[in-house]
Amino acid sequence: MIRLEKRKEPSKFWRIANPFLAVILTMIAGGIMFAALGKDPVAAIRLIFFDPIFSETFASYSRPQLLIKSAPLILIAVGLAVGFKANIWNIGAEGQYIIGALFGAGVALAFFPQPGWYIFPLMILAGAFGGFLWAMIPAILKTRFNTNEILVSLLLVYVAERLLAAMALGLMRNPDQPGFPGSRDLRRYEAAHNAELFANTGIHWGVVAALIAVIFAYVMMTRHMLGFHVQLAGQAPRAARFGGVSPTRLVVICLGISGALAGLAGLFEVSGPGGQVRIEFASGYGFTAIIVAFLGRLNPIGILLAGLLLGLTYIGGELSQMMLQIPGAAIQVFQGMLLFFLLALDFQTNYRIRLTQGARA
Amino acid sequence: MKKLLTAAVLSAALATPALADTTKVGFIYIGPVGDFGWTAGHDRARREMAEHFGDAVETTIVENVDYGADAERVMTQMAISGTDMIFAASFGYGPDVNSVAGRFPDVAFQHATGYIQDHPNISLYDARFYEGRAVLGHIAGKMTETNTVGYIASYPIPAVIAGINSAYLHAKAVNPDIQFRIIWTYSWFDPALEADAAETLIEQGADVIMQHTDSTAAIRVAEDAGVMAFGQASDMTQFGPNAHLTAIVDNWAPYYISRVQAVKDGTWEAQNSWLGFADGIIEMAPWNDRMPAELQEEADALVAAIAAGEYHPFTGPINRQDGTPWLAEGEIAPDGDLATMNFYVEGITAELPN
Repeated sequence: MIRLEKRKEPSKFWRIANPFLAVILTMIAGGIMFAALGKDPVAAIRLIFFDPIFSETFASYSRPQLLIKSAPLILIAVGLAVGFKANIWNIGAEGQYIIGALFGAGVALAFFPQPGWYIFPLMILAGAFGGFLWAMIPAILKTRFNTNEILVSLLLVYVAERLLAAMALGLMRNPDQPGFPGSRDLRRYEAAHNAELFANTGIHWGVVAALIAVIFAYVMMTRHMLGFHVQLAGQAPRAARFGGVSPTRLVVICLGISGALAGLAGLFEVSGPGGQVRIEFASGYGFTAIIVAFLGRLNPIGILLAGLLLGLTYIGGELSQMMLQIPGAAIQVFQGMLLFFLLALDFQTNYRIRLTQGARA
Repeated sequence: MKKLLTAAVLSAALATPALADTTKVGFIYIGPVGDFGWTAGHDRARREMAEHFGDAVETTIVENVDYGADAERVMTQMAISGTDMIFAASFGYGPDVNSVAGRFPDVAFQHATGYIQDHPNISLYDARFYEGRAVLGHIAGKMTETNTVGYIASYPIPAVIAGINSAYLHAKAVNPDIQFRIIWTYSWFDPALEADAAETLIEQGADVIMQHTDSTAAIRVAEDAGVMAFGQASDMTQFGPNAHLTAIVDNWAPYYISRVQAVKDGTWEAQNSWLGFADGIIEMAPWNDRMPAELQEEADALVAAIAAGEYHPFTGPINRQDGTPWLAEGEIAPDGDLATMNFYVEGITAELPN
């Protein structure tokens, strides 16, 4: 007979091993799915996980692209993870990402066409501030009126999307292209362009910011008092309160940090790879980052790896569509499998399976 | 040893001369090929084109590609993998097509419904959907009993606005009491949102639903609610046999075949094509039997007149929504006005998002 037993301590081994096991299981299950679709499973898995980094044809382009695709995911996820650790659930990073982009682009468009070294730094400040501001709405509503931050932050995403559409159609519309929505292309405005720092590496300021955020978050969570408060509030809220941790302050800090980082991600995207404020600028980074945060076990280093892994499945997924004609939906199922296996395997971090002899009532 | 073997295999693969006359053609789509609408229309044309050329072309697709960095990456990867020609089948790919085309001057780019042409290797192509919309408007004006047409619109761009205006003018011509209610979804393909929009419009009294979005959701809602609707880009009859009156069906295949042939012949040049009923690039799906025979004849005649160039859907007098004159009596709208249209015509009560 099989019996489940809760572990006294979550298993450290499985905590580390599970993500790797999940990737292997995803490869196996995904391979079976690809085979069922009549595609060569080995070639498909190779295209998804291997070719973007190592293929002679694609790697020189895909490797930098991997950084470009993963950086915003990592930047947002690092911020979200801080809050998640403290049981503060910011689900609306997508909205903060949009507002950050609008604030940053707003600064750029206000200065256009002036040159000036100070414009880009100002945009960075504005982007972070925009995201921070948008996150303060659920924060203040929660601390003042005890509303649920999950709902408020999520619903504000839709408000932000409408605001984005209004800006792309109205205030920020490119006056040289009347009739068509969308702002000027910031990539063609040197002072505001978040260009590659080193040619053909994909490294732009957003990638640098993501790395800095990972390091800062790691130090904060392991070495700093605030990190300790966050963990305490998440694991033992009552003890935290007795220990003098102000829940109000924590809500504001956690939502503020995640909002500002999401805003930064939006700013770096709109001034670089995205290029302009358009109605369809937001492509779900804020939501995907939630998956990245959990895939990375809410740990900054884990998030770094998880962001790269998910970025890899996106870029490899496109390659496998292109080269093997695997349907787009199958790639999405494949990505879903990754999260599914990880969450399912988490079970054995907290429980152990025991085979017992004889029947017990 | 393994490395050596790989190297040997690789060099063998490289040594095989590529079939010089195989043209590699890539397609990127904003929606899934299974949207039964816009993207399905392009993929239908791709398959017909591939069938026409047989082994002489090799096609590849990537679906659900978002505008922006994603589109740029996919097209770049296509170009790197030796694609000769890329069809970008959605309006919003404009900036991305232009940025990739600049880096790959030897690849021929074909951008559907676009307007940015910064490089000599970008062709733009579009269909005169407003011609089809005129027919839909005429039918809607005759068929409605509540005098209210519900319109699910995607983005406020010239093609969509011209479609609304054309439909409205022709509905109004046969039914002076007609009212248009318009909902903007800011998306091309979002079945849930489109279904919600259709329900809202029906609640507001619309008994004919028109859409400029790509899914079949609105047709299904209309079928369940017992009202009428038009398909989009493909014949959507199977999703609402009673509701579906007709649809503007996109038929890109002849154009795709001619453009791929031009690449093979080495005669491909950047163009800006705007084709209509006359070129067979759009056609009407079979009329629903619930349309009276008389109306079916009128609709046939309207299509024929437009195709023959005897009638232009935007023939004056037409005023703008604010009452200022746009076209004088008998004046025909210049293509430039239609391609940049950003105003409603007089009589539409909704406000254009701006």
